[in-house]
Order: sequence, then structure tokens, then C-alpha cells
Amino acid sequence: MNIIVCIKQVPDTQDIRINPETNTLMREGVQSIVNPFDMYAIEEALRIKERLGAASTKVTVLSMGPSQAEEALREAVSMGADEMVLMSDRAFAGSDTWATSYTLAKGIQKLGKFDLIICGKQAIDGDTAQVGPGIAATLDIPQVTYVKKTEDIKEGLAKFERMTEEGYEVIETPLPCLITVVKEINIPRLPSLKGKIKAKQSKATVLGAKDLEVDPDRLGLQGSPTAVKKIFTPPKRTGGQVLQGEVPDIVNKLADSIKDVVISVSKT
Amino acid sequence: MDYLLTEQQIMVRDLARKIAKEKITPVAAEHDEKETFPWEIMKVMAESDLCGVYIEEKYGGLGGGAMELCLVTEELSRACGGIAICFAATALGTYPIILFGNDEQKQKYLPDIASGKKLAAFALTEAGAGSDAGAIATTARKEGDHYVLNGVKQWITNGGEAEVYTVIAMTDREKGARGASAFIIEKGTPGFDFGKKEKKLGIRASATRELVFNECKIPKANLLGREGMGFIVAMKTFDKSRPGVAAQAVGIAQGALDHAVKYSRERKQFGKTISSFQGLQFMLADMATEVEAARALTYSVAKMVDTGAKDVSKESAMAKLFASDVAMKVTTDAIQVLGGYGYMRDYPVEKYMRDAKITQIYEGTNQIQRNVIALELLKEQLRG
Repeated sequence: MNIIVCIKQVPDTQDIRINPETNTLMREGVQSIVNPFDMYAIEEALRIKERLGAASTKVTVLSMGPSQAEEALREAVSMGADEMVLMSDRAFAGSDTWATSYTLAKGIQKLGKFDLIICGKQAIDGDTAQVGPGIAATLDIPQVTYVKKTEDIKEGLAKFERMTEEGYEVIETPLPCLITVVKEINIPRLPSLKGKIKAKQSKATVLGAKDLEVDPDRLGLQGSPTAVKKIFTPPKRTGGQVLQGEVPDIVNKLADSIKDVVISVSKT
Repeated sequence: MDYLLTEQQIMVRDLARKIAKEKITPVAAEHDEKETFPWEIMKVMAESDLCGVYIEEKYGGLGGGAMELCLVTEELSRACGGIAICFAATALGTYPIILFGNDEQKQKYLPDIASGKKLAAFALTEAGAGSDAGAIATTARKEGDHYVLNGVKQWITNGGEAEVYTVIAMTDREKGARGASAFIIEKGTPGFDFGKKEKKLGIRASATRELVFNECKIPKANLLGREGMGFIVAMKTFDKSRPGVAAQAVGIAQGALDHAVKYSRERKQFGKTISSFQGLQFMLADMATEVEAARALTYSVAKMVDTGAKDVSKESAMAKLFASDVAMKVTTDAIQVLGGYGYMRDYPVEKYMRDAKITQIYEGTNQIQRNVIALELLKEQLRG
């Protein structure tokens, strides 16, 4: 079985600062990490590999980004992934989620036969949660988002538990398919020394635009319909209102103020 | 400070640091409070290939030496000296096999220790034989193809948890120290039992028990080296393992210093953070300097051991002596920096002081270390 894990290198938000004048991320000196949700994706791929047998399963990690994103791929190899592929090309620069999904899908097609694609539910820098589903749509394969458990997986068929706001759904799907995973699915392992040594010695396969069968108009900035008009920090919430007094009085006051809100909203 | 570590050593250190930070720090206080053995951490260590960093590649290790042992022990100790010693005591129990085992013995025991499947322990101390190791009373009687052991070993780190024990026992009592021999004994051998688990001041995550031998019969093949070499086995083992204790002390001191620095920038008195007071700055500066000096000495000795230097007794003793005294002082000062909070068990710093104390006592008290150093000094003078 061939499993592809899509990962993204992101700035470590634990030590991130925002430039208060431009409202943009100050990336200088900020460490890059593997997107935390992608760590669950890598771990799940490795667990499926252990479940199905190491000899018959291959885990390939794939990332689109600048050359330093190879560091993120190496981390996945140090945990136990077999191969790494980096999609890096100036033509990919400035991609929004639409262009990114398209490019990654084309990269996956280039890699040949695959059974399962695993993505983290979203990246912590953009928080869109669109790229996973976008890849599935481009490849025209089934997708299961917010997976919290792999119930069963075998040649051509898999069963997943998918988180919803009310509980969870059990979904059976033919393979190949794409899943996005949530943090409830597992606890990612730490890298091993042998894995780290292997990662140090291995090199990523690099794919550029000319290696792919792509429509150049759908790549990078020009293939990205999303335009960022303005970035701003929402105004801070003000203190709210504290109601004091006897309980019946408070309840009445509360009911009145809710009525006021409802009336003013319905009028506008 | 840059100690010119190799790429592989940096990898080992960084991985140990990650485990310490992500896995050990969150559970250190609980293991200390409940005195529970950190099996879940031992499992993480095994999965990360860290258990065999000082063991030859041929036997499933990484092929490193004392330096790698020190790096891992220091990083783990920075989070918890008690958990670190479960790893380091295994190294202590394994060194006799590395140094004196034949290929068959190495083949049989080292791979499982390197993979983390089994822990090891070293047993020399007895109720009546601590610093005076020649006074041990445990005997090994030869009977055909076997040895039969009788006696009680005391305060054995990893006792009861480890699977492999290297035990020093007298094969010829009349010869005194030259009548001692070293044996490998596996847990589960009939006649080999464990006494009660000791209650300790510090390193409470680690298990310390008595080993009780009652007509315990082991095959002749379990003898390490030759009969009568037991004392040499013990001394040569300590030469290699003392930098490990020094590294434990450095790690404990560093961990306490980290907390003290962090706290000094948070705590406000007289309208300022206490880090702005020079009296406190001087304390922190002294602590940091002492920790770095201890680390420099420890690493130098570890490197000396790894280059194959023949006699490292003096230097090894110096590292253990100096680093453990530094750990005691720095952890005591760290509590002082935190004041009343430092004394409370809600804060992690008092544990560092409790954990530090043992490093001045085990693997030879610091008084014994001074004996070793002085003896070597005087011998050197005689040699001219």
C-alpha cells in the first residue's frame, strides 16, 4: 500500500510576534516546525504501516515550499517515513489554497499509484483547512475530513471515524481516498536516533513545474484567485456587563436586554 | 560554550533534550511524589534508540562511548535526576560486560540492553561494605560447572526492575579484595530474590532494593573475566561510569539554574523584578560559572575515556567530585533565589536539591574520590 502524507513547514506560533504597524508576521528569527496537525498525519501513516506490515507499505512525505522545507520532510523521515518529495519552484510562489491543492495533486499524480493520502486538518499559519479537500477534489477521489480513528484499512477499502460537532460518524470508503486528521487520532512519536541518521543521509526528490503535466496558468500567484485586501486584528472585546442584585431582578434585566438585542438586530 | 561535539553527539544531545522537555518534565513531580518507576519513559528511550548510545554497533548500539552516555544523562537529569539514573544505572550494570565480557556474554546480553528491552544493574554495596568494598560478605562457592551465591546486596539502583545484574561476590575470602569475582545474574534465577524497596530523600523515581541470594546457582559461563578479578572489574567500571554521575550532577545543577533564572525575571519585589537586583545577579552568575566549569571538566574526562586513555581514575574521580559538589551548592542556591516558593513542593526546585545530594554519595563518596585523587597524585610524584 502506498501512503502519501502532505505536510507543511510553518513558523512556530509559540514564539511568534506580530508587527503592530503592518499586522504581518515577523518571521525573522522565528523557528520553523512541521505543522502540528501534520505530525498526527505522519504518525497515522506510520501506524497504518505497522499495522499492515512494513514490507508491503510505503510512506512518502510530500511538501510544497522553498528548499528549507526539506527540513520538515527530514523530520518525518526521522520518525520513520520512507521517502520524501519536495515540490519547489519559483513558479509555485504565491499560491493560495486553490493553486496549492492543484499543484500538490499534480505532484501526487506524478508519483504514481497511491492508496491513501493523509493531511493534517489544517495548517496553523493559514488555518483554512482547504488544501486537503482541494487535493481530493482535483484528483476526483473520495475524502473524509476530521478523522479521529482508522477503524479498518485493507486493500481497496477503509473505514474511518470522523469527528463532528455532535459526536462522530463512521464512514466506509473505497481506496484511493484522502483523509484529514484531527489531534485526537494519536500521539505522534518522537524521532529515533537511527531515523535521524537515516534522515541526514537521505535526499528529497525535488519536483519543479517542468516535471509536472500542469496548466501553467493555474500555478503560483497567477493561478490564485484569492486576493488579500487587508489584514487586521479584530477589535478587542470590551468588558461586558455585570448584572447584580436579587436573582429574579437579574433574570428580568437579562431577559429585557436580550429582547433589546433581538429587536435591534431584526430591525437592521 | 561550544564543546566541539560531533554531529552525531549533537543529534544524541538534542534528542535527549527533546525527550526530557516533552516527556519527562510533565511527569517528574508525580514520579517523585509517588515513588513510581518511570517505565513509560524507558519505553520512549527505547523507541528513540537512546538506550544503547554507549554500546558497540556490533551489539546493536550506536557505537558511542562515555561522551554519549554523559550527554544523555545530563539532558535527562536537567528534567529529572531520578529518571535519568534509571538509564545511567543500566550503563553502570552494563560496563562490566562491555569491559570484561567475552564475545558470547556480550552477544547474549548487550543487544537487549542496547534496544532498551532490558535494564541492567550493578551490585557491589552491602550493609557492611560501602566505601570499604573489600569487606563484602556475599560468597560464590564453586560446585562443578556452577557457582552458588549466598548473601545480601544493599541499595541497588534498578534493583527489582532490571533483568540483568552484575554482582561482585567473594570466591576466595582468604585473599581479601583479590578473592572477589564478578558474575552476571539474571532476574528470575532460583535463589535470587529482592528485598524491600527503599524510601529515599531524592531520585525517588528510581528503584533501590536489596538483592538476596540464597543458594542461588548460576552456570560457570556467567563469570566475568577470571576468578579474583571482581575488584578490578568494579574499579574499572567506576572509572568509566563516574563521568556519568558527574553528568547527572551537571544536569541537575543546570535544571535548577534554569528555574532560578526564569523565576528571577518573573518575581517582583519593591516594584521591580528580582533579576534587577545585583545581589541576585551575582548569585546567578556564580551558579552559571560553576555549572559550566563542572560541565567542561566532565566532558574533558569523558573525551579522555573515549580516546582509550589507560588510566583515568584520577580524572574520573575529579569530575565526579567537582560536579556533585557544584550540584549541591547550585541547587541550594536555586532554592534561595526562589525564597519561600523554592522551599515548597509545589515548585520544582526543592526536588533538584534532594536529587543532587545522592551524587555526592554514590559510586564512591566524595571522600573516597579525594582518596583516589590523592593516591594517584602521590603515585605520580613517586614515579617522578
